[in-house]
Amino acid sequence: MKARVRLFARLADLAGTRETEVELGEGLSAADAFRLLCQRFPELADHSDSVMYAVNAEYVNSDHSLRDGDELALIPPVSGGDRAV
Amino acid sequence: MLFEVTADPLHPQPLIDHVRKDESGAVAVFLGVVRDNSRGRRVLHLEYDAYPEMATSVMRGIAEDAMERWPLTDVAIQHRTGRLEIGETSLLIAVSSPHRAEAFAACHHLVDRFKESVPIWKKEVWEGGEVWIEGEPVERS
Repeated sequence: MKARVRLFARLADLAGTRETEVELGEGLSAADAFRLLCQRFPELADHSDSVMYAVNAEYVNSDHSLRDGDELALIPPVSGGDRAV
Repeated sequence: MLFEVTADPLHPQPLIDHVRKDESGAVAVFLGVVRDNSRGRRVLHLEYDAYPEMATSVMRGIAEDAMERWPLTDVAIQHRTGRLEIGETSLLIAVSSPHRAEAFAACHHLVDRFKESVPIWKKEVWEGGEVWIEGEPVERS
């Protein structure tokens, strides 16, 4: 069982990739997948408090269970438009 | 309704034409544009990254919420990605309604909601450095 993982902005720069995969164990959550990714990409670990998760393009809680074939996105705090306008 | 993430330059008139209906008496338009300074630094250009499939679906969600809250006739939102120079438009929001008060209120509301929820990120590039700008993480229950 595998989930596709997408990374954006600062997290993509830190990991050096915009896309990877995680092998899913039984009942693995979005936060569990992030912890596994931090073993591969240690630079991500500093961002565990601010990252948000989306599964199949919808925001989910960190305890959301992943299923085979899911697309997990690691969402850094957003800054579209210009918040200082 | 129209929701788009694009690397192409944004132009307000097509979006205005898209949201204007015969029952509309007002169209409010917001343009977010690239400023040449930020926190005391001279900005050379910006780069935007996006999760396009999710960004358009979150845009649709906040637009549908606004359509329920105000009697609007249409909403359209576009955001640009890639490298943007000073003065270029990064965000376009157009709202039409029978009367002006709802168009102003909904447009203001949509800009605020956009900035807190749509998965798009901005990098400021200045002489000798660059930084991803990150808003406050949003609490989700």
